[in-house]
Order: sequence, then C-alpha cells, then structure tokens
Amino acid sequence: MRKLISALAVAGVAFTGSAVAGSHSEAMIKEGQAIYHGKSRGNCVACHNIQDPITNQAGNQGPMIIAMKARYPNKAELRAQIWDATAKNPLSIMPPMGKHNILTEDEIDAVVEYIYQY
Amino acid sequence: MNIIKSTLLGLSVAAASQMAMAATTGATVATVDPEADRIALQEYMKNRFPDTPMSEYVNGIYAVDAASRAQWEEIEEFPPYELDLEKGEELFNTPFANGKGYADCFENGGIGIRQNFPYWNDERKTVVTLEMAINECRMTNGEKPLGWKKGAIAEISAYMAYTSRGNEFAIEIPNDEAKAAYLDGKKFFYSKRGQLNLSCADCHLTGTNRLVRADLPSPALGHTTHFPVVRSKWGNIGTLHRRYEGCHRDSRSEYLKPQSETFRNLEYFQTYMSNGLIVNGPGARK
Repeated sequence: MRKLISALAVAGVAFTGSAVAGSHSEAMIKEGQAIYHGKSRGNCVACHNIQDPITNQAGNQGPMIIAMKARYPNKAELRAQIWDATAKNPLSIMPPMGKHNILTEDEIDAVVEYIYQY
Repeated sequence: MNIIKSTLLGLSVAAASQMAMAATTGATVATVDPEADRIALQEYMKNRFPDTPMSEYVNGIYAVDAASRAQWEEIEEFPPYELDLEKGEELFNTPFANGKGYADCFENGGIGIRQNFPYWNDERKTVVTLEMAINECRMTNGEKPLGWKKGAIAEISAYMAYTSRGNEFAIEIPNDEAKAAYLDGKKFFYSKRGQLNLSCADCHLTGTNRLVRADLPSPALGHTTHFPVVRSKWGNIGTLHRRYEGCHRDSRSEYLKPQSETFRNLEYFQTYMSNGLIVNGPGARK
C-alpha cells in the first residue's frame, strides 16, 4: 500500500509538473509571437518571413524562418544568433537584439520558443 | 539541410565580399581613392541590377523596382513639388531689405549651378552645401537664416535644382584636406551605429531593393541627385539633411543635426559618388 501511494504521488507530481511546463511554454510561444510581429517590439517580421497565418507585410532582408530545428539542432545557438548576430558575421544587418538591449533576456527566450516551431 | 546551410553561408559571404568590393580603396587619406570608389560602387550596382542603365540611378528605388516605378510615374504626372517650385522661384527673385538678392551671391546668378554643390572651400577648410550657401547669402545681406529642413529653404533649393536639371554632377576633391572630408563621409556611410547597429550601407547597399516590411531601401548610387524631395510620408518638401536626420534617428542613434560637419561630409561623399549622373531635383518620393 505504501508503495502504491508513493507511486501515485510520483505520478501525480510528474503529471502536474508536465501540465505546468506545457502551459508555461504555450504562454511563452504566444508572447514570442507578439514580440516577433509587434512593430514596436521585436519587429522581426520586418526582415524575416514566417509561415504563421497572422504574418502581415513580411520583409526579406534576412532568411525565412523555416526548418529551424534542422538549421539549429542546438537551441542555444539559435538564441546566441538572435542575441548578437554580429558575433558570427560582423557585417550582418541584423540588430544585436540582446547585446544592444533591444529585447530583454526573457523576450529573447520567448521569441526562440516561438520560431523553434517553424 | 547542409545544402540550405551552405547556400545561406554562400549568400552571406557573397554579400559581404560584394560590399567589400564596393569600398575597396582604404580608410586613410593616403590610401583612399575616390574615383576608384565611385567606379566600384557603379560596378556593384551593375552586378546587382544588370538591367538598369547607369543613368537611371537618379530615380532611386524606381530605377530598380518596376511596381514602385509604376506608382511613381502616376505621381509624377501631376508633380507634387510644382507649387514649391513656384514659391521657390518667387522667393529666389524677391530682393532682400538691402536691395540685393540670391542671384548676387552665386555664380551665373544662381541659375544652373546645382551640380557644383557641395564643394570644398579651401579658405574655410570645410564642405559648403547649397543650403548652407543660401543661408550665408541671407546673413551676408542682413537677413535671418532659414530653418534647414523644410519650407522656404527647400523651396529655394528646389528652384535652383530645377534650373540645373540635366547638368552632370562634377564634384571635385582638390587636395588632401578635401580628401579627408570625403573620407569622413565615406566612413560615416559604412560604419554601423545606433542601438540597431545599422550603417547606411546595410540598407542602401547590401539591403537595397530588399523588403523591410513593405518598404524597399533605395540604391546608394544617385541618392543626392533628386533632392530636395516631396516625400509622401512628410506631406511636404524637405532637404537632403532632413532625410539624413530621419535616417540616422531610425538607426536609434543620438542623431546629428542638419548641416553638421559630418552630414556635410556625407553629402560630399555621396554626391561625389553621383558624379556623371545628372541633376534631376526636385523629386517625389514615397
């Protein structure tokens, strides 16, 4: 009986844990979407097209946001690229979103979650 | 995926090397060669837009984007700067309180001389722009200077450009001090700045004719030929330095003031790049 209780308890914790993680990341994706498309926020869409139905007047200065998991198997590398694209290419037109405090660290995390779906 | 990656890498290397090509001649007075810079910029544009004749670059984005051009041609059927030209001519011909006028301050009575501005003034060791000369003419004759960005100064400048339409820009760099001013302008053009870390070249060389939202940045070549312009966004006529200030502000920099030394040097650099192109100001832009 004790074994059963603790097994249930573990399962319960695991269940609750994953539910929290799930809603947390959905909220983050939503926030990332708002930042990505918001003109006075990240305005990422000004340069990068993305296959989200809400996309309006996307630019093409930068590459399209597509196949992100394949292009960046390591999510941290994608984050680093957004934080400061000039680290890899000093001539990059992309503003260093983190290095120049254009977005906060949390906002960058949210954008990473959003675009990592595409 | 490796193909995508290497293609993307290839593209960015190509863009970087093309950009390097357009500014090959060095960053010191000893090594910079304005004429080689001018030819390199033309070559860059020829590679990017093989179907665009060199003489078309006086028309900005309308030289390279057919859709924008069609809209612009409709606008030009009833030029939005016509009233400004009339006012400019009237202001130009209205005598100052002392009886003298603008015609007394300029070569050839101020008619057909736009292509010689800006020029290096060796006595004053500075670049003199047309707008600066207009205001200095006023002050020499006891009048108050005009605001630099819009209104009367843009109208007078528009009229003076209009009387020079078709004349080829012929900017001279007579000595090393002038070359240093040119170099200062060139450095400003290619240097990244502001919170957005943007150089003029980022948008108007590498990024020209590529979309920023719904906007297409114009090619850097020929930038200065058609000013002053009536810009739809402004809703009235404005000077080149008004545009410089706005562009500089858009990079989220602590932007410079119109007719500051650096902006004058930038105009000197950009207009030298336009040598051989014709004056076609005033213009209409989106």
